Amino acid sequence: MNVRGIKRLAAWPALATVTMALVLGWPIMAGAAEEKNEPPPVKMNTTADHSKFKELQQTFKSGPEVTKACLSCHTEAAKQVHRTKHWTWEFLNPENNQRLGKKNVLNNFCISISQNYPFCTSCHVGYGWKDKDFDFTSEVNVDCLACHDTTGNYKKAAGKAGHPLYEPLETPPGSGKFTQPPDLSKIAQKVGKTSRDTCGSCHFFGGGGDGVKHGDMDSSLAAPDKELDVHMDASGLDFTCGTCHKTSSHDVPGSRYTPTAIDKGGAQMRGKAEDAKRNPATCNSCHGNAPHKKQDRLNGHATKLACQTCHVPAMARGGVPTKMSWDWSTAGQRDKDGKPITKKDDKNHIIYESRKGDFVLGEKVKPEYRWFNGKVTYTLLGDKVEKGATPVGINMIGGSPNDGKSLIWPMKVMRGKQPFDPVNKTLVMPHTAGNDDIGYWKNLNWEPAIADGMKNVGAPFSGKVDFLSTEMYWPITHMVAPKDKAVACAECHSAKSRLAGLPGIYMPSYSARSWLDLIGWLLAAATLAGVIIHGALRVFLGRKG
Amino acid sequence: MSAHAMQKLYVFKIFERIWHWSQAGLIIFLLITGFEVHGSYANFGFEKAVNYHTIAAWSLVGLWVFAIFWHFTTGEWKQYIPTLAKVDAMAKYYLFGIFVNAPHPFRLTTLKKHNPLQRLAYLGVMLFIGPLIWFTGWFYIFFDKWHAWGWDKYLSLEWVAFFHTIAAFMMLLFLIAHVYLTTTGHTPLAHIKAMITGWEEVEAEETAPVKH
Repeated sequence: MNVRGIKRLAAWPALATVTMALVLGWPIMAGAAEEKNEPPPVKMNTTADHSKFKELQQTFKSGPEVTKACLSCHTEAAKQVHRTKHWTWEFLNPENNQRLGKKNVLNNFCISISQNYPFCTSCHVGYGWKDKDFDFTSEVNVDCLACHDTTGNYKKAAGKAGHPLYEPLETPPGSGKFTQPPDLSKIAQKVGKTSRDTCGSCHFFGGGGDGVKHGDMDSSLAAPDKELDVHMDASGLDFTCGTCHKTSSHDVPGSRYTPTAIDKGGAQMRGKAEDAKRNPATCNSCHGNAPHKKQDRLNGHATKLACQTCHVPAMARGGVPTKMSWDWSTAGQRDKDGKPITKKDDKNHIIYESRKGDFVLGEKVKPEYRWFNGKVTYTLLGDKVEKGATPVGINMIGGSPNDGKSLIWPMKVMRGKQPFDPVNKTLVMPHTAGNDDIGYWKNLNWEPAIADGMKNVGAPFSGKVDFLSTEMYWPITHMVAPKDKAVACAECHSAKSRLAGLPGIYMPSYSARSWLDLIGWLLAAATLAGVIIHGALRVFLGRKG
Repeated sequence: MSAHAMQKLYVFKIFERIWHWSQAGLIIFLLITGFEVHGSYANFGFEKAVNYHTIAAWSLVGLWVFAIFWHFTTGEWKQYIPTLAKVDAMAKYYLFGIFVNAPHPFRLTTLKKHNPLQRLAYLGVMLFIGPLIWFTGWFYIFFDKWHAWGWDKYLSLEWVAFFHTIAAFMMLLFLIAHVYLTTTGHTPLAHIKAMITGWEEVEAEETAPVKH
């Protein structure tokens, strides 16, 4: 074929296209006209594109400057935040008048915030809480971005009392590598709703690191698959924290200080007055009280079991281990050169640090189970504690099989040993963090660290230090598995029951191993033996006869 | 025995035979699954054992509805009227006579097809073990409704299970004894054969002509 031939062939498609265009021209043009009637593109997830706001089109030098701009429109926001636990770190339990909140409680992780403010408050929704004299009435010190950043670039820096970096920081010092401060203007222009990332930037890292504290919350929930959490599944239902922790007036519901152990109210209805007072984060608040459509027997189980007991088969399932125990009593060891020691397990997770002691980590941990009625009592600073055979409860949970208010709940029980004052018989709040000559983490000397921490809160300290065993209960509720991965019948209905040892339950296949069985089987054996002997005698004597 | 002439007697009607054997199968299956649910051993797995046990239980309930109807419409219920007459003779026979080929003290007829011990045993199964197992079983089956029906204030699963288990053990004892006693006919399989065919071979009456 010559060149002309090719050209002629090539012309055919062009001609065909023109013809097609003529034939189909009208409909195409009509379509184009319709497209012109389409409304212009618009952001559908918000009514306010913050990048268009003049107030935000400026260079912000600090977090409080951003907040000031926010408050120029959102006039009530800071005062709303001021009323919440996220701001005050204080909570008065109306049930028992205990003064709780991070400001007041102790735990058996990093123990307490006393004298460690600038480090602990990198998770405060505010700026500048560096000591006990922080001004809780300051509106510009509310940190809007911690929760409303959508870029993922906003980070509150360690040890900066809630502030992000404003200058490049050499990390680690002397390395020549610099962490750049976040671009506050760009971040402010892209604010939006809270997300798993914003909530998670603190709650995933409670206890000082990823997954340490909760067991059912760690960074794997930032973008989980269905297997890990059926609701938050990033490629499925894609719930944010706020989907369940439905918030109004900035006050996030669903706190563990006064948990809802049993929710008899059924699915919540919009606008219903009594529902407005209920916890919107319970399973029942959406699923109702009889969610098992096909197997009514499971609804029956739900009169004794929290949903989580079956539907959260294990915690720390996302690949991030959680701390199961923390033994402060072994802290302070040094190697032969007098240097602090760090030991790691084969997955490169730290299991011993001179400044912190020994850790036991766990992944895919089966929870422990307890009757729980939602009542939690804390051992607070000043409460008398005894070193004895049973561990001191950092918090003690109420509940019994018979009170009508309890369900069997899955729990992470955090165990450990922590310092206490054996003379005054109280727990203590040591000064741990900080680059000074008192903080335990740098100096590895308990007495001055505890004396400083206790002095800061005005509590007595004898100067003597001993260690006692403690335990702390964390009800498990996140990491809800798909239904086919729920805890199977035989995991409880068997000799090796998950619920082994719980009082007040009769579980077929677990409970019945008693004198009745012994007598029953002995009688059966005796009957069998009797008929065998009888039969043998018949055969023997019959033959003889 | 061979010294006596045998005569065939149609004692077990077709419904009775079907009832007996399906009941036997269901009871054995219920014992197998029930003791697994109870936790005595593992076979099907707890969940399946529960489901099978429940299905078999309802099947047996259905069978009993028919059986009760049959017994009352046919008058066969009278077969279970207890009598103490010859009970001592029966006991003596099983304890001594049976070993020396003594004559069976009871002669069965179509109107009296169960010996006095059988009558007592079957009546016990039907009036004591049966109701005990049914009522505890129903409480068990409807355990999940207790809360909704307000029964949980009066009932405890532990006690329901306790009596259900007692009844199950009694049924097991009955089963062992019953199966063994089927071998005490004039041949070891005679009674079982009768339960299959309906025809029991009995010794001919003395007055009847005897052919050798």
